[in-house]
Amino acid sequence: MAIPKVTPTQAELDSTKPGGKHRPDKHGKKHRHKNRHGHKNGHGHKRRKHKKRKHHRRKHHKPLLPSTPPAAPPPPAAASPSPPPAGESRPPGSFAGSFGAPQATRLLTRAGFGPAPGQAAAVASMGMVAAVQSLTRPSGAANLIGPPPTDDEGDPLAPADIWGHDHLWWLDRMIRSDQPLVERLALVFHDWFATSEGGGPSAQQMIDQSNVFRNYCFGSFLDLFKAVTVDPAMLQWLNGAENVKGAPNENYAREMMELFSLGADRGAYTEDDVREQARALTGWTYDWSSALGTYNFRFEPRRHDTGLKTVFGKTGNWSWEDACRLCVENPLHPSFFVEKLWSYFVGAPPSAETRDRLISTYLGSGLGIRAVLEEILMSPDFYEGPPMVKPPVVHLASMLRATGRHVDTSAWVWLGNEAGQQLFWPPNVAGWDDTRWLDTSRMRARWNIVDFVLDGISVDAWGAPYSETETAEEALARALAAWGNPELRPEHSAELLDFARRSEALITAGWQKGPYRALRQNALLQLIGVSPDLVLQ
Amino acid sequence: MSHECCNDFTRAQLLRDAAAEAGRGLPAIEPGMPAPAGTGLTRRRFISRSAGLALAVYGASKIPIGAFERGIAEAAQGDKVLISIFFEGGIDAMSVLAPVGDPLYAGLRPNLKQTAGAGPAFTEDERLQWHPGAKALADLHGAGKVSVFPAIGYEHPDQSHFTSRHYYEIGELDIGQHAGWLGRYLDAVGDEENPLQGLSMDGSLSPMIATAEKPVAAIDSVDSYDMWSPVGAPISDEMYETFARFGSLPSDSAALLQVRRATAQTEQLREELGGLGKFASPVTYPKSEFAHKLAGLANYLANDLPVRVVTLRAAGGYDTHSDQADDLAKYLQETCEGIAAFQKDLEARGLQDRVMIEMWSEFGRRPEENGSAGTDHGAAGCAFVIGSQAQGEMVGEFPSLAKLDSNDNLRVTSDFRGMYCSLLEQWLGFDSARVIPGASGFERPRLVKA
Repeated sequence: MAIPKVTPTQAELDSTKPGGKHRPDKHGKKHRHKNRHGHKNGHGHKRRKHKKRKHHRRKHHKPLLPSTPPAAPPPPAAASPSPPPAGESRPPGSFAGSFGAPQATRLLTRAGFGPAPGQAAAVASMGMVAAVQSLTRPSGAANLIGPPPTDDEGDPLAPADIWGHDHLWWLDRMIRSDQPLVERLALVFHDWFATSEGGGPSAQQMIDQSNVFRNYCFGSFLDLFKAVTVDPAMLQWLNGAENVKGAPNENYAREMMELFSLGADRGAYTEDDVREQARALTGWTYDWSSALGTYNFRFEPRRHDTGLKTVFGKTGNWSWEDACRLCVENPLHPSFFVEKLWSYFVGAPPSAETRDRLISTYLGSGLGIRAVLEEILMSPDFYEGPPMVKPPVVHLASMLRATGRHVDTSAWVWLGNEAGQQLFWPPNVAGWDDTRWLDTSRMRARWNIVDFVLDGISVDAWGAPYSETETAEEALARALAAWGNPELRPEHSAELLDFARRSEALITAGWQKGPYRALRQNALLQLIGVSPDLVLQ
Repeated sequence: MSHECCNDFTRAQLLRDAAAEAGRGLPAIEPGMPAPAGTGLTRRRFISRSAGLALAVYGASKIPIGAFERGIAEAAQGDKVLISIFFEGGIDAMSVLAPVGDPLYAGLRPNLKQTAGAGPAFTEDERLQWHPGAKALADLHGAGKVSVFPAIGYEHPDQSHFTSRHYYEIGELDIGQHAGWLGRYLDAVGDEENPLQGLSMDGSLSPMIATAEKPVAAIDSVDSYDMWSPVGAPISDEMYETFARFGSLPSDSAALLQVRRATAQTEQLREELGGLGKFASPVTYPKSEFAHKLAGLANYLANDLPVRVVTLRAAGGYDTHSDQADDLAKYLQETCEGIAAFQKDLEARGLQDRVMIEMWSEFGRRPEENGSAGTDHGAAGCAFVIGSQAQGEMVGEFPSLAKLDSNDNLRVTSDFRGMYCSLLEQWLGFDSARVIPGASGFERPRLVKA
């Protein structure tokens, strides 16, 4: 396999911005690619099994600055439910209820990665329309707020060169970016156009692809679709660059319709359409060298099939751009698009009426992603509909934001894998299965992730003195505060209080008073992290 | 094995004992201090609140009483076990059993073709030849322990990975069904309290054993099921109790119900598997993650864990659109050698008559290779039923390459639902009509020795 390129990564470029502390060349010469494995088809990877650190190191994490959107006013003194600001006019058909901290929390969690402490109240005070638009209409480049990410040794990340650091690089952006919806949409489109590093692309090419998602996430879906179709990672992953006149490879042709734009089993296309689209897509290629790996991705006319192709009954000398255009012009595309985008943000399918309204917004805006998204994020269903299970990386990022931790360990890579989500390594071209985030294997991994999040927050029951008089109520309040005071369902608060009292009743000797209370605190912290309240969004 | 929770427990126990004896401040426990006698026992008690179960599991003999009582009783009566192994991605059936004797073969596969004699002969059809990487499977076939389906599928084959795989997982051609065919079987016969009855040896649950009601489980590692926390006994017992209660409270949404079910099942599995540590196998397995999972499974069965249906994925992936030859050879060999070692293990432990394997893929690949030294999605694929009790006779025939379907794909000569009906009736002793819609319409091959 190729020797990894040593080029500045986005993270390193970010760190050169004002506020960043590390110059890229400070570590860029170290060639730290010893752990970077080359893999084919994603099955050869042996991840390092890490043993849990024996002792919980006490660390003092500086809380992040609350990552409020640029236009956010300072947080109000009290987090009281706030009515819409005087004069807020909401679009017809949108959510008409009170936009308080619970609604702002849902918005910040589903259209981002959860609130930092105090942020929900601040965003609630903006009113729904301004709050949504602060996410959907960011201006300028994103700022990363707070300390830059490091590995376990405190060194900067090398996302292109060290295995797993790409995952950490993105996780850090999820935690620190002041344009969280851009990161969330990049995650949505990473799942939508699921490409895996296991299929040949390098880590840098995967990162570049995620930047395509960032750059196009609010624009026209056709522009995004075209950019992804000829993206180097995708051209390798679905063999688009091995699709040659006279010897077509159907892989991308099929998935671009089945998974990306039209959907299977809806009568939108035939097997003949798959074959004809493959012909339209011919012509892309790349070079390879042992020094650079795959590079110089380009369209070569002589590799392109210039004959007539018939797709969806339309005949012409179709090109790869036509292939994309024909998909989005297919009458079954708009419903596919709005329902798929909706499914990432709302836990139940839209009514026929809602869907039709979204379709007309989509078509009326020239296939605008932002227009549809704003309508979704202001819809009654978004705020009143059922909860959704957080994807593992969202669960983790929201916990790190709530506790003020930054990325300081590579454990998130293999723990993420065990929980079912390693970024840049989706399980297959259909992406992650949102209906199967939880089972006994993945729930256990989430438990262990919570334990790691609490490293440095949970107390040392045997090494440091702990209150010998703390009551059950005080213990619960302390644990909730460490989590940024999330709202719990009443039955969960009641169970936690009951636990706190049962634990206290186990104290039978004077020497147990402090240590058992410390253990109780650790258990409360753990139980809150794995409670449905933090697993759901 | 290092259990953080257990170290904490031991430490707490020592502290408590020491404090009780000395009646003074907390002593320091130094690293390297030997564990006191009985630490193992208390550790098991710590891991599982139903001590009998933990002792028995750990003791690797009989499990006397407790939540497993019923499942063990059934397992002790010789409950049959069905294992599903999935070649994910659509394995190229024409490579596993290469039609080297078909006159059109070389023309369709100019780069990928196998030369005659390169692999073991397939005795039931002289046109076909095993892939060299499938030698271990060919040997089992020679011993009469493998039934081969050379061209399995269904009418109007779908070339989508996800649709076709879904059909196989649910046992019908319906994109709406949400329970797997083995999940529906477990719903009908399974236990209310035994998640091990349906076990995915994988990072996530296979849809094939997804149930509507009965608990099932997924485990990624056969070596341990640790849950970490800086909480020792006795507080940890109460912590897990509360975690279990999070799993049993009422739900008012599908997502909340999903969290509760996963929570309850995770806590149950922690209790049941927490004490099951490292194991020894009576035979040598090849060094691969796939083989290690099978070795762990044989250990579960030898310990009478009440397992009924198990799913796992074959080594590697098989969506070979490009550079097919090397990947396929490597992964096929890894898979077949793992299975052969597992069969030997079962025979060494006397378990071979309780276990049957069905190995499948969502479809086969296009007879004509593509321009990337690979193959695109096709129709008819291959399947195998493996075990000491397998009938060992080919089901359906290899269709000639001269007669392809309208999409130039291999024709189907057996229906996967017929295979499922036969396994349900002949192996699991269950009325297939209760699981497979339209069961009476499928031809049932003899798959289990009469």
